[in-house]
Amino acid sequence: MTNRYSTWLLTALLAAPATTHAQAKLNVIAATQDLASIAAEVGGDRITIDSIAKGYQDPHFVEAKPSFILKLQKADVLIVVGRELEIGWLPPLIQQSRNGKIQQGAEGYLDASIGAQILEVPTGQVTRAEGDVHPLGNPHYWLDPENGKRIAKEIGDKFSQLRPGDRAYFDQRVTDFTSRLDAAEKRWLAMMAPYKGTKMVSYHRSFPNFAERFGLNIVGYVEPRPGIPPTPQHTLDLINLMKQQNVKLVLVEPYFDMKTPNAIGRDTGAQVLVVPPSVGGTKEVTDYFKLFDYDIALVVNAIKQSGAKQP
Amino acid sequence: MQFKLFRVSAMLGVLVLGACPCFAQQPPEAAAIRAEITRLRQQLDALEARLAALEGGAAAAAPAPAPSNQVAVPEGAAGAGGPTGALPVYGTAGGAVSGAKVFNPDMAVIGDFLGAAGSNKVAPTPALEMHESEAAFQAVVDPYARADFFISFGEEGVGLEEGFITFTSLPGGLLTKVGKMRAAFGKVNSLHNHVLPWTDRPLVTNNLVGGEDGIDDAGISVARLIPIPDVFLEATGQVFRGDSGENLFKTSKRGDLTYLGHLRGYQDITEGTNLDLGASYARAHNPSGIVNDVDLGRFTTQLFGVDATVRYKPLRRSIYRSFVGRTELIWSRRQQPDGLQRAFGYYVSGDYQFARRWFIGGRYDRSDHADDASLFDKGESAVLTYWPSEFGQIRGQYRRTNYAIGPVANELLFQFQFSIGAHGAHPF
Repeated sequence: MTNRYSTWLLTALLAAPATTHAQAKLNVIAATQDLASIAAEVGGDRITIDSIAKGYQDPHFVEAKPSFILKLQKADVLIVVGRELEIGWLPPLIQQSRNGKIQQGAEGYLDASIGAQILEVPTGQVTRAEGDVHPLGNPHYWLDPENGKRIAKEIGDKFSQLRPGDRAYFDQRVTDFTSRLDAAEKRWLAMMAPYKGTKMVSYHRSFPNFAERFGLNIVGYVEPRPGIPPTPQHTLDLINLMKQQNVKLVLVEPYFDMKTPNAIGRDTGAQVLVVPPSVGGTKEVTDYFKLFDYDIALVVNAIKQSGAKQP
Repeated sequence: MQFKLFRVSAMLGVLVLGACPCFAQQPPEAAAIRAEITRLRQQLDALEARLAALEGGAAAAAPAPAPSNQVAVPEGAAGAGGPTGALPVYGTAGGAVSGAKVFNPDMAVIGDFLGAAGSNKVAPTPALEMHESEAAFQAVVDPYARADFFISFGEEGVGLEEGFITFTSLPGGLLTKVGKMRAAFGKVNSLHNHVLPWTDRPLVTNNLVGGEDGIDDAGISVARLIPIPDVFLEATGQVFRGDSGENLFKTSKRGDLTYLGHLRGYQDITEGTNLDLGASYARAHNPSGIVNDVDLGRFTTQLFGVDATVRYKPLRRSIYRSFVGRTELIWSRRQQPDGLQRAFGYYVSGDYQFARRWFIGGRYDRSDHADDASLFDKGESAVLTYWPSEFGQIRGQYRRTNYAIGPVANELLFQFQFSIGAHGAHPF
């Protein structure tokens, strides 16, 4: 009995590397379409990629549907945005995935934020009197192409760690992605350069990295606190602030109600723009490059039309 | 730097002056104070040296200051076979404390305050009540498991609502839990109070499934996904000790366990609509045949359940609109001294979210009594819920109940819920 068991075990052990590691594609699941787009750039034909949250839904409030458990069950790599963006829905999915590879801290779990520049990290005491504040900083960091490069590098390193034989392939793709992104970033910066310092407001704090990279000045938010819906008094204060500072643009993420932003727009003469913060946020934005192409064109055109450029 | 020197000198002075009279009376303390003075002198010397180095430029190298997380071995301890030199101090240095805190579990406390107005002669609840304060402690145990504890503080006592370890990565796709847990019988039984869409639990839960605590027992749970392409089908098998509810399951022998099975099927219909179906079975001994802790009757109760949930949440407007419709049908087969009682009960409920923070809902209840199926209660409820934020909830519920025995109860129930601490998972 023992002998038979040993033989079986030995056979299994010998057979396993030959069958499972023979250039099987890495099954990668990303929490958002942004990360999926970058992972696809890095992984090429050596991975299969799927994502959970859609670009047009609020990434804080994704439902923990059992159908996502099926996706996670067979994943080799799970890439998450981190900084507690997915805290309301991803932990129970990971827990129920029955997949040891993607548990937090395991080899197949990658927090894409580890190398990224994170803004708005709270200092001092953090309380929920400030709303649904993210104690680890603003999680919308992918909206800066510099962070896009950092995310790609982390993903490339993770893929190489899991498939050392393909390291050169992944490295080459990271280099290629980075140089294409460098070229695109130059173009985007040139497009935005004439409008540096333009003041605007946004619904949620989704755009700090975008604003910092492209020199925009976000002076207020439609939400009085992160995650707290607009109140009449705050809206009034915001309208006054916008009038005082001649703010002519309101950026709204595609998943927020337009009623308050439109009212603010009517009162201040500001343009209200639905700006997708993620790949998949609108049908034209199908990858990470198109996300910036679309958002920057949208913002530049709106600034031109509204004459919102600051003196 | 000068201020620091002054502060250290002043502390030394205070210590020396203050400690003098104690020397004769309390020698052990005096030794400790002497050790402290020695340490402070060393620090003072180090600081003076650093000051000199700063004043004299980089050329004069300062001696390294004594590490702050070490203390000298007490006098008298030397030579007794104990340690020599400096001893590390655990728990006082900043690094040590924060390092330990890293492994603290995620902690949260959820308060559930209930109020009731109107009349109910059959199952009255207090006018005002801090019904439950649930403390949650959750963390990863090791690379193979995580643990969850939910401790429920009522107004009169404390109970372990759940406390279990989950093995997250066992071979064969088995998700295994060991500990005390709410059983996977239907939907409502597995839900904690704070995620219920009502202030109360349905009549069928109270009459047939053990009341508020329900089937909540120590045991082992194993769940496996059944591989059918693109369909979520999960089979769960659970074995419990056999004690649940006041009058539901009671064990008097080690072999009299509760056996429970649950099958759950889930399917996305569209990206915003899904259907969740379940079937449940439980069998255990009931207390009707137990006399003086001896199960003379050997009577058992079998429960059969079917549940269905439909959810609608358009992704683009998911924070503003949603609908959840659900029903559970439960059949009870209870053996008891006067024969077999076949009871049936169900509820149907719906909740519609009409604004970011507002929900309106209704529920219809009907349930036989488990121990006398000729009696049945029925009730209707209307519910309005307001969420000031993700971490608070205010709810009002009008409930009308026709009890089999006793007058009709008309009540206005209201609830304040609030949570502090770690951000928990959103209910699904």
